[in-house]
Amino acid sequence: MAEPMRIRATMAGDVADVKVLMNHPMETGTRKDAKTGQLVPAHFIQEVTATINGAAVLNADIGGAVSKNPYLGFKVKGAKAGDKVVVNWVDNKGDKNSAEATIG
Amino acid sequence: MNALRRNVLKSAAGASAVAVAVAAGLLKPTQAMAAWNKAAFEAKNVGDAMKGIGATSPADSKDITIKAPDIAENGAVVPVEVTTSIAGTNSIAILAEKNAQPLVGTFELAGGAQGFISTRIKMGQTSLVRAVVNAGGKTYTAAKEVKVTIGGCGG
Repeated sequence: MAEPMRIRATMAGDVADVKVLMNHPMETGTRKDAKTGQLVPAHFIQEVTATINGAAVLNADIGGAVSKNPYLGFKVKGAKAGDKVVVNWVDNKGDKNSAEATIG
Repeated sequence: MNALRRNVLKSAAGASAVAVAVAAGLLKPTQAMAAWNKAAFEAKNVGDAMKGIGATSPADSKDITIKAPDIAENGAVVPVEVTTSIAGTNSIAILAEKNAQPLVGTFELAGGAQGFISTRIKMGQTSLVRAVVNAGGKTYTAAKEVKVTIGGCGG
């Protein structure tokens, strides 16, 4: 959450190719801290939603098995250059983040 | 993808029960309509995870392609790309069969979203990476083995 999400959205024909890189530790809750030997508490993004010009295109539920700093790529047909992509996420602690980008 | 969630949302009784819960402060509004499928994500074997996402007997399909390395250099970051040409694809789920909790994520597609998801997952050991596609009220599946030399779940 310290660093903002990065979104890159480009057109390939009539399909928008959207790539999102989120910033999050994605702790499963099963990893032991090397120094203390204690379990690092679960802390991971649970939901990611994406809209293009306000219309929902993606609603993802994910868990701790998605790698740290989650990467997500998806494609949307019918989108156009200049359309606005908004991505939101919520994690298991209720923390949120949001970012937007224009399709290039 | 989550049939139970859809049924709850559709039925008036479900809607009012949820409204009562929200009013009572038991469910925050943002959580009420989008409950994370805890049972499926915490399932400890692939069978229970599949049941949890409503995929009890999906048909094997050659129209689902899983692009993932044959051998994962780093089990903590395994790139997986699922592409499907099945018409009417509503959602794609990704599972790593031998992970302690096999369900990695479910991706519901709407509007013009294509049957394509690319992400990076953690794998604890060599296993099949499985994709389940929900399209036109039916479920389809395909899997690809990914060998893992150093497990990435940190356990």
